[in-house]
Amino acid sequence: MLLIDCPYCGARPEIEFRCGGEAHITRPAPEAARDDESFAQFLYFRRNTKGMLAENWWHVHGCQRWFHALRDTQTDAFAATYKIGATPPDLPGSAS
Amino acid sequence: MKPTSQSHRLDQMGRIDRNRPLTFTFNGKPIQGYAGDTVASALLAHGIHLVGRSFKYHRPRGIISHGSEEPNALLRVDRGAGREEPNNRATVIEARDGLQVFSQNHWPSLTLDALEINDLLSPIFSAGFYYKTFMWPAKFWKKLYEPLIRRASGLGEAPGTADLDRYQHRFAHCEVLVVGAGPSGLAAALAASQNPQTRVFLVDESTEMGGSLLHDAEAEIDGQGALDWLEASLATLASRKNLTLLTRTTAFGYYNHNMIGLAERVSDHLAMPQHLPRERLWQLRAGRVILACGAHERPLVFPGNDRPGILLAESIRAYLNRYGVLAGQRLVIATCGGAPYQLALEARRAGASVTLCDRRRPDECGPELGLAEAAGCEILTATAIVGTRGHDRVRAVQIAPIHGAPPSLPRWLECDAVGMHGGFTPNVQLYSQSRGKLRFATEIDAFVPGDAVQANQSAGACRGIYDLDACLLDGWQAGGGTHRTFVASPRPGGFLPGGPWEDATGGEKAFVDFQNDVTSKDIGFAVDEGFRAIEHVKRYTTTGMATDQGKTSNMNALGLVARKLRQPVARTGTTTFRLPYTPVSFGAFAGPHHEAMFDPVRRTPMHGEAEAAGAVFEDVGTWKRALFFRREGETMAQAVAREARNVRENVGVFDASTLGKIEINGPDAGAFLNRIYFNDVLKLAVGRARYGLMLREDGHIFDDGIIARLDTNHYHITTTTGGAGRAQAHLENYLQTEWPELQAYATPVTEQWAVISVQGPRAREVLAPLMTGMDISRAAMPHMSVRTGACCGVPCRLFRVSFTGELGFEVNVPADYGPMIWRAILDSGRGIAPYGTQAMHVMRAEKGYIIVGQETDGTASPADVGLGAMTPRSKPDYVGQRGLLRAEMTRPGRKQLVGLLSLDPAQVLDEGAQIVRHSRADVPMASLGHVTSAYASPNCRCAIALAMVENGAARHGETVYVTRPNGWSKVHICPPVFVDAQGSRVHG
Ligand SMILES: [Zn+2]
Repeated sequence: MLLIDCPYCGARPEIEFRCGGEAHITRPAPEAARDDESFAQFLYFRRNTKGMLAENWWHVHGCQRWFHALRDTQTDAFAATYKIGATPPDLPGSAS
Repeated sequence: MKPTSQSHRLDQMGRIDRNRPLTFTFNGKPIQGYAGDTVASALLAHGIHLVGRSFKYHRPRGIISHGSEEPNALLRVDRGAGREEPNNRATVIEARDGLQVFSQNHWPSLTLDALEINDLLSPIFSAGFYYKTFMWPAKFWKKLYEPLIRRASGLGEAPGTADLDRYQHRFAHCEVLVVGAGPSGLAAALAASQNPQTRVFLVDESTEMGGSLLHDAEAEIDGQGALDWLEASLATLASRKNLTLLTRTTAFGYYNHNMIGLAERVSDHLAMPQHLPRERLWQLRAGRVILACGAHERPLVFPGNDRPGILLAESIRAYLNRYGVLAGQRLVIATCGGAPYQLALEARRAGASVTLCDRRRPDECGPELGLAEAAGCEILTATAIVGTRGHDRVRAVQIAPIHGAPPSLPRWLECDAVGMHGGFTPNVQLYSQSRGKLRFATEIDAFVPGDAVQANQSAGACRGIYDLDACLLDGWQAGGGTHRTFVASPRPGGFLPGGPWEDATGGEKAFVDFQNDVTSKDIGFAVDEGFRAIEHVKRYTTTGMATDQGKTSNMNALGLVARKLRQPVARTGTTTFRLPYTPVSFGAFAGPHHEAMFDPVRRTPMHGEAEAAGAVFEDVGTWKRALFFRREGETMAQAVAREARNVRENVGVFDASTLGKIEINGPDAGAFLNRIYFNDVLKLAVGRARYGLMLREDGHIFDDGIIARLDTNHYHITTTTGGAGRAQAHLENYLQTEWPELQAYATPVTEQWAVISVQGPRAREVLAPLMTGMDISRAAMPHMSVRTGACCGVPCRLFRVSFTGELGFEVNVPADYGPMIWRAILDSGRGIAPYGTQAMHVMRAEKGYIIVGQETDGTASPADVGLGAMTPRSKPDYVGQRGLLRAEMTRPGRKQLVGLLSLDPAQVLDEGAQIVRHSRADVPMASLGHVTSAYASPNCRCAIALAMVENGAARHGETVYVTRPNGWSKVHICPPVFVDAQGSRVHG
């Protein structure tokens, strides 16, 4: 049972949340999505990262807010959570 | 029946209460014991060792341990019907008056088991026998081999009736959890709980705290007897308010982020449990976990090492010191280390004759040798057991000199109990569950914790520290304690690593895994057959599986594999330890969530009214909805026909409260909905409503409902009953993550409103007298409009909408007023009858109105279901816009919504049935589509159906065939509207 730190409510158990998959996927503007390739990228393709991944999480049985989380998909360790619109925090040791 | 005497019970010693005798039964035979006994200790007090038959070979088996690692002594506990449980370990079942336990896996009886023949047939049961032996012919497997194997092998039988007991769930948090209340755990808890702000849990699976101290009666700690120290420590702990002490509680699972599952056995040990639940499952979140789980003793692997009466040496000590039971009068102890010399001294003092067979040469031993000799023990160094005798119980062991000892012929030693010691295996199961990496410690021949991954720390024997003073200090320091040392009696030490040894070739089976009947030979075969990885050997031989998860067998199996592969154990690796640590009942996991508590039942405000009117309910998600209203003598079909006709001819009332309802507020409410819906929402005027479709980004239909504009920045939308939660999530997702700049707010209000749909040509006439503050005349309130006012004085939102094709209204009133308004409407004229969901389905199908999830399956576009005309002409962006332009969505030949009329008007098609062009084409034939809805239509007086058919819109008039269980139905494709094709009635 993961312990997830909702940026609005604090640490709460996993059962209060729903994972919304990979984060920071920009919904293309109508003109940008004219070509099939870029729309397919948006609609179907995900990184499927083994390691640290930015995700959307929804505190559905809590404040109902969506937020972002950096989670290691291998260990389930959460490195950080942050609000929608905020930039991902720099992680110690991360390349970017 | 006269109970057998407690021939092996001592007058002194032990922590049992001799003033509180008790009687339980074993296979129907009364067994006496005392308060504090386990079933195992009481049986041993009677000299009963044989308690079960082994898994494959049906060999007689006895008790080998005194704790939860027991692989052999599995019993069925029967506390009456609905309270039976197989595979309980006799070593942890507390004896109490009235308890009934039974042995398992034998026929016809425990002492005479016909399947013991398997022992002689053993060549076919060797490693991998399931895979090799019964593969041919294939058809024999299901009918012959499998039932045979299932009967011949196995553990207990699952009970056949529902569990009648009550189970609880609890949630808790603490700063420090200490698992295990042996010396290390106690010291850790004492240190950690010094600060009253620190919430500490100390849990132990046993009936009382103390761990090994409970049978280390002669040890001293800080100048006190160990048991006095224990008592004083427990008194200190009990006085601390910040500490929770749980006995009979197993930490069975180490989950993510330091959540520990605890199984607390609350009342099984009580003869009269009264109001108590049977078990309690704790989900405990700990800031830090101190694992003080101790160590398991390792059996020795020698031929016939599974005879009843052969126990782990430390367990014989436990039975002696904790339960006052001397397992045997003529005791042989086989060891490769100094630890069991303490047993030798204690057993001598209790009156047993003791022979020690020590693998070590005299120069490898320590002072324990002299002490045991002085106490009158016979000591044979450089000696090993190479065989045993006895059926129900060991009668003799064969011993032989080994490595460097002067050669002599093997000889037989008479005995009635054997204690074996192959070293200790630190109990790293929970640590391993926490994903911590293990490190192999050569000097103790065992895996110990390496670097922890979660916030935990191991202390004492579970990390390979065995000396009492060191265990206490290690625990104290793990608990954060400083400035303290402990003085404790030394324990006999010394250990010869490198086991297990195979000193005898040929002869009887030498067991590695008692529970799965895996022998040293099996392990050898597996390696010979090419299994190198330990995980593969485990699966091929089944060693380390089942209820004990290899607690006593893993290290021996590993040692054998490593030796066979001529590689160090460290390189061979170890298998994964899986949760639960010990078996946990299904009841504990289910807790209160069964029967009525399994899933909440949602009832509409008018449920009671419907019930009183004879409603038959159906489950729609978690809702109870009235399917139809039965009148005296009616069949369901008659009732549905009556209800549906009454709506078309008169007026019907329908409970639509389950529809999802969401209010959208804010200056950008309209702009937001315009992006969410397929339709153009911006043009919707205040007071008007519109049918709306929501799509997903891929262009497929997601949900539908009504969009009503109550005010400039205030909308009331409805969703499908089942899609309410989904739709709310969808809206929140877009509002929060895609368009956070929009000032719009979505509030789910499904339960706030009772919705009473009034449908039929007389709907207005019925409602008009009840409504105030609004003009509902034909001119003032057209189809697809919304008004607010009052109904019978109650605040009301009135929608003029129709899902029947008739003139219709939906009366929304605050939920609690629902029943009153329902009655008022039904009483406001003659011939008004309620109708249920079945009639609603029939009527909407007569009109060709789709139901999302019935006509659509997640791949249908608006055009596919005939709603292409809704396509907005000029909308810059909406969810699904680009998706609809995908090549697949515009491909010719997509399935489209059509109507079907059977040539036989009485023939109602099967929903889901396939549609083909010719009934006589070769199988397999191409499917044109499938039936999505099919009903007997009382208004058309024939069977009607809706279907999704390839190119359906262009096929009206064609004749096609629909599958039936026994043949075909010939049908005509027609437009999907069967009643009032012009659609004038809704405007009535
Ligand atoms: Zn929250």
